[in-house]
Amino acid sequence: MPDHGLGNEAPGEPAAALDVAAICRRHGDDPANLIEILHEVQRQTGHVPEALLPAIATALNLSRAEVHGVVSFYHDFRRAPAGRVVVKLCRAEACQSVGALALIDAICRERGVALGETSADGVTIEPVYCLGNCALGPAALVNDRLVGRLTPERLEAAVAEADGRGPGR
Amino acid sequence: MSTTVYVPRDAAALSVGAEAVADAIRAEAAARGADIRLVRNGSRGMFWLEPLVEVVVGGRRLAYGPVAATDVAGLFEAGFLTGGTHALALGPTEEIAYLRHQERLTFARVGVIDPLDLADYEAQGGLAGLRRAAAMAAADIVAVVTESGLRGRGGAGFPAGIKWETVRKAEADRKYVCCNADEGDSGTFADRMLMEGDPFTLLEGMAIAGLASGATRGYVYIRSEYPHAIATLGRAIVLWREAGLLGDDVIGSGRAFDIDIRVGAGAYICGEESSMLESLEGKRGQVRAKPPIPAIAGLFGRPTVVNNVLTLATVPWILANGAEAYKAFGMGRSRGTQPFQLAGNVKRGGLVEKAFGVTIRDLIEGFGGGTASGQPFRAAQLGGPLGAYVDADMLDLAMDYETLAANQAMLGHGGITVFDDTVDMGRMARFAFEFCEIESCGKCTPCRVGAVRGRETVEKILAGIEIERNLAVVEDLCELMVDGSLCAMGGLTPMPVRSAIRLFPEDFHPDSHSDSHRDSGRAAGAAAAE
Repeated sequence: MPDHGLGNEAPGEPAAALDVAAICRRHGDDPANLIEILHEVQRQTGHVPEALLPAIATALNLSRAEVHGVVSFYHDFRRAPAGRVVVKLCRAEACQSVGALALIDAICRERGVALGETSADGVTIEPVYCLGNCALGPAALVNDRLVGRLTPERLEAAVAEADGRGPGR
Repeated sequence: MSTTVYVPRDAAALSVGAEAVADAIRAEAAARGADIRLVRNGSRGMFWLEPLVEVVVGGRRLAYGPVAATDVAGLFEAGFLTGGTHALALGPTEEIAYLRHQERLTFARVGVIDPLDLADYEAQGGLAGLRRAAAMAAADIVAVVTESGLRGRGGAGFPAGIKWETVRKAEADRKYVCCNADEGDSGTFADRMLMEGDPFTLLEGMAIAGLASGATRGYVYIRSEYPHAIATLGRAIVLWREAGLLGDDVIGSGRAFDIDIRVGAGAYICGEESSMLESLEGKRGQVRAKPPIPAIAGLFGRPTVVNNVLTLATVPWILANGAEAYKAFGMGRSRGTQPFQLAGNVKRGGLVEKAFGVTIRDLIEGFGGGTASGQPFRAAQLGGPLGAYVDADMLDLAMDYETLAANQAMLGHGGITVFDDTVDMGRMARFAFEFCEIESCGKCTPCRVGAVRGRETVEKILAGIEIERNLAVVEDLCELMVDGSLCAMGGLTPMPVRSAIRLFPEDFHPDSHSDSHRDSGRAAGAAAAE
């Protein structure tokens, strides 16, 4: 799977080691590229650390409030690191029509988490509203891998594969 | 001579194991010394048959599906490379009724070609539209699009040619073409399929829009939930630049146009055009008040063509074949074809491109084969989460902009989400408000507060508290949201809510029926809401 840089990867470098100024420079220090810059920060650190926002604001000549406003507006940007594997479970209408809500309840119960939380074994379970796989629901995104006709077993296999615990096909 | 085998790389096909099937075919061919050429195409859009494997035998494509990796050895054993019979054999792909009964113009090449093979693209009619446009005056290109009757496929249905003409006539130092690929509506996947299965068509449509409007810069705003589409379209742009189809001199026209991708960050509202423009400028995706319209003051305040993926991807066909040919399809003021998407609880879900005027029943029963569960049909939601629900009595309505509007429904982006008789429409109405609550940009009060109050009030109704009084409150709220919201998010959320209440009143009066599974489902829903 190619690296699309969508921030679903496990956290890599510690935030302190990240050269934010260099990332902003690569994006022309252009405020129009703020979202791209935040995607890149999250790709490298697994989240968007609060401590980095002032440096981004300075590089782009924005106020800290403006940067904070963008980070907090978009669901994708994490304020804290996620688990090793991020599972996004679709709870939009098409998946609901084939039992997604009951399935999500069962998955959360099994892992002992609520939506948005990370289980003890490092799997973050989040809601998502449509993955564009509406004819093969219920659907999930496991890191960057789309899984259709989701069952607890198929999810477990995909998580194991994403976690490097064997082929999950 | 090697045998050509097609295994889709469309995300939906991958979601049910296409990668493992491709690996197994490669391995099995190597083990048997069979000489094959494996092409990774887009999906034909028959998702119940995915992974759908095709083999070229005697110049025809034969289909097998749905193929699991464990079926591959058996397929080789049965001689599928020479068209051998097998339990999964479906015959010539083009003869499959689901495909044979479609009118594929926009989707003519999706699932047929290698999405990133430019020679294949040209051999199948690609670039003919752009070549023609490059030799035309801008006003003449716009005239063809206007004459074709093409309307915006993103949901609003605004005539594309009129929008283009406004941008063409606007004076500015720079103009833009922005493609809205923030396909967030549940029940829709046509944009994703097209970007993964025939990305060059979208680039061609955008380049034509650039030549017609005088824009020199294009952006495709793709949602982050679509990593495969982002990767494929990104590669397609690189290939087009290398081929001189983008850049300072588009296909020898002497005019400049280039395209970049911008990735969204998980906000449904950014599918609204002015929110998308804000997001493209690196800001919070908050709706802008109109006027001014984007065609006058859009991205960075410049005149901007904003069109959906399907609108732009239809333009090359119109330029290549003429406005008259396109206009010959459709009915009334809805000209041409619409890529409909059959989703949810439906036996044969997928992409059905048909001329406007096909009935909902033709789509759900004829193409879709009814519910996947085998339970009776109860409702379908047309046009995504902001679209109306229809019941069994409305299935003979024609799918076109005007007929649906006259029946308090809408076409939207062409998605149809099917529900069987286990659906609780009270819960669906509650969810419509909940979704608006989660995704509202927060700029205007009717949407931001109305969604919360709406959800709370529906919850009271479902709990049996002062039902009639609270139904009146919901109706009041809906009226306010329709009249007072800045954009379609708040303005259309009442559509699913009101249609659910109007068509399925029994689901809002818990005492009036004793359907135990719905009641237990409702208890679970109420628990999840807390």
